[in-house]
Formats: sequence, C-alpha cells, structure tokens
Amino acid sequence: MTFWRHTWTVLTKDLRAELRTKEAVNASFSFAITILLLISFAFDPTEEMTREFSGGLLWIVFAFAAVLILNRSYARELPNDCLDALIASPAPASAIFLGKALSNLFLLLAVEAVCFPVFGIFYNVRWIGQFWPLLLVVVLGTWGLTVVGTMFSALTVNIRLREVMLPLLLYTTMIPGLLASMQLTVHLLAGEPLSTAFVWLRFLIGFDVIFTALALTFVDTVLVG
Amino acid sequence: MRKSIIILIALLGVGWVVWNLHTVLLQLPDDADQGPVYRIMFFHIPAWFSAGIAVFIALGSSIGYLITKNLKYDAVALATTEAAVAFLTIGLVTGSIWGRISWGIWWTWDARLTSALVCWLLYAGYLVLRTAIEEPSQRARISAVLQIFAFADIPIVWYSIEWFRTQHPGPVLRGSGEMDGAMKAAVYANWPALMLVAAAFVLLRLRQEEVKREIDSLRRIVHAG
Repeated sequence: MTFWRHTWTVLTKDLRAELRTKEAVNASFSFAITILLLISFAFDPTEEMTREFSGGLLWIVFAFAAVLILNRSYARELPNDCLDALIASPAPASAIFLGKALSNLFLLLAVEAVCFPVFGIFYNVRWIGQFWPLLLVVVLGTWGLTVVGTMFSALTVNIRLREVMLPLLLYTTMIPGLLASMQLTVHLLAGEPLSTAFVWLRFLIGFDVIFTALALTFVDTVLVG
Repeated sequence: MRKSIIILIALLGVGWVVWNLHTVLLQLPDDADQGPVYRIMFFHIPAWFSAGIAVFIALGSSIGYLITKNLKYDAVALATTEAAVAFLTIGLVTGSIWGRISWGIWWTWDARLTSALVCWLLYAGYLVLRTAIEEPSQRARISAVLQIFAFADIPIVWYSIEWFRTQHPGPVLRGSGEMDGAMKAAVYANWPALMLVAAAFVLLRLRQEEVKREIDSLRRIVHAG
C-alpha cells in the first residue's frame, strides 16, 4: 500500500511541476507538429500512400516527441540535488521510477491526443471509427516507450552526453515495440479489425511486460547502486 | 607466462583457421545450386554461433559484476561484448556479400537481417555508453544493467524467423534443407577455430583493462599525495 502511495506522490509531483512550467510538453508538442508538417514536404501523399505509411509516420513522431519529455524526467531533479533527496527519501527507487513513468505516459498521451486530430486533418485520414482499438494500441505502445525511456533516462542522468545517449539507447531497444505499434496502427487505419492482427498485439503486450519487469527490478541498482 | 598463453592460443586459432581455409577452398566441391559463393557460409554460420556465445558470457559477467561488485567481471563483459560486436559485424558483412551474389542485392529488410542489425546496434550502443562514463564503478553498474536490457532483445531475434515472413534461407544444419556431411563438419570445425582467435583477443583486452586499472589507482595515489 505504501508503495502505491509513494508512486502516487511522485506521479502528482511530476505532473504538477510539468503543468506549471509546461517546458517539456510545449517543446514536445511543437516538435511533433513540425515533423508532421515536414513529412508533407518530403513527398506528396495520395490517400492510398498515406494509409500505408501512417503507422510509421505517427510512431516516428511519437518517438521523437517522447525523447524531449523523457530527457527532462530525471534531469529536472538535478538542480539543488533534488535527485539525491528523492533517493534518500523513504520511497523505494521502483516507486519513484513507476511514478515518473506514469507521469511521462500521461504527458506523452496528451501530446499524442493532439497529434491524432492534426494528423487526420493534414493527411485526410479517418481514424475515429477505430477509436477504441487505436486507443488500446496507442496506450500499449506509449507505455513501452515510456517505461524503457524512463529507465534509460535514469541510466543516463548522471553521465556526459546525456541528451545524445538517451535517444541512441532508447530507439534501438524500442525497435521491436515500435515495429509492433506501427503494424497495428497501419492495420487499424486501413479499417481492418484488431482481431486479425492479434499476433502483433500479443507481441506488444509481451514487450511491455518484459521491459516493465526488467525496469522495476533494476532501477534500484541504477539509482542507488 | 600469461603472455605466452595468449600467443599460444592466438597461434593455435589462426593456424586452425588457415587449415580450415585449405579444406574449404581446395577440398570441398562447389555447391550444386549456388556455385562457389556458398563457401561464405563456413565463416557466416560460425560467426553467429560465436557471437551468441560471446553475448551469453557478457551477460553472465554483467550479472556477476552486479552481485560481487568486482571490476574483473566488468572487464570480461566489455571484452566479450567487443568480441560479440566483431562477430556480429562479420555475420552481417558476410551475409551481405552472399546476398549480393545470390539475391542480387546487398541488403533486404528481411526480418532476420533486420533483427541482426538491431542486435548489432544494441551492443554498439553499449560500447558507446561506456565511453560516456568516467567513474569505473558507475560505468560498470550502468553498463551491466544495459547489458541485461540488450540481452532481453535476443529472444526476439531468435523467434523472429517464426513470427515474421522471412526470405533468409532456412536452417541448413538441421531440418529439410540439410547439407552434406563433409560441409557440415567444415562449418563445425571453423567454429572452435574462430572461438580460439576470439579468446586470444578477449584475454588481451582483459590484460589491457587490468593495466588501465593499475594506472588509474597509481594516478589517484599521486593526486592524493
């Protein structure tokens, strides 16, 4: 019970800090919209083409936007030695991690919630009919992205080249998770039911479970030593 | 004494590789379907096997470090990961050359090739991360955790051949596409030969890391004085 209380405290603290400054979310949102716009300059998409690359395009945008949020996750604790104070507090490292991961999940989902309508308008894609299956895929994919990203954010917080190392490690580890999310999104945007791509959904759930378990097991080693 | 053991292992390994080259190039006939290009397989398959062994040892050493906090385990993890990256590179390059001649293309986004490249990127990321951390025990701790995360990606490579459609040739050591006994023997003979060469490299790197630790501690003594 205490574990969840600690998690809740860190989650609300991080969300409150972000909502007051909005530094990561604003940067992440502007960046996401800019990429969506830039892609339209790269080629002139027809409706058929858009459906084929929509999943890939969206998840590349989300992965880029995520790094801006994730990089700040632990780095914001560095001034005034807040990270040391957090580690020295009675909250276990796994509760701190989970609180931060959930906070990042909500922030990234908020950015994605704005990206979807913008994407629908810019590229003339109708996705509202597949809302619930898409929501499931987006939540599962984003959880994979945030759980691995928050872990690597903790891993790289005290090192040189932090901003470079996080995307380098995150994107390579996330490739299978992103691949599954892309396949499912393309499948759903083509109007197909989720049940016909069940193998990818299982794959994505498996990926999330494996990396959540690994992160919760090893975050204590990374933060405390 | 240790130096002569390393030299002996290296000479034995290189001698064995040369002997195998003699067998492969001069004694075995051309393949009925593929012609002479199939000979790449005698390095391609043992390279993947050796990379597999190397990542297992690297994982074991990383876990060993996390349990004992002995930097020798970290040095073994580093040396074997370097060997693994070298073997993965050999596997990718030889596969690519074979692909150019047999398929007419250097690279295709086939599932197994892609997964192999992902593994290469993961372990290359591990080596890059190490260069960004100065403090030895912090470096060892963080890279050990990353090693475990990287290893968790390996089962995805292993099962990918079943999960995705693939155009990589089916297994040739067992199953329906089985090859001739003499060829199979040459593949198996080249594996320990390559492993011996790798062992010499790993021992040499361990010696280097040991010397580096000695220099670091001497430097600290000088600064303290």
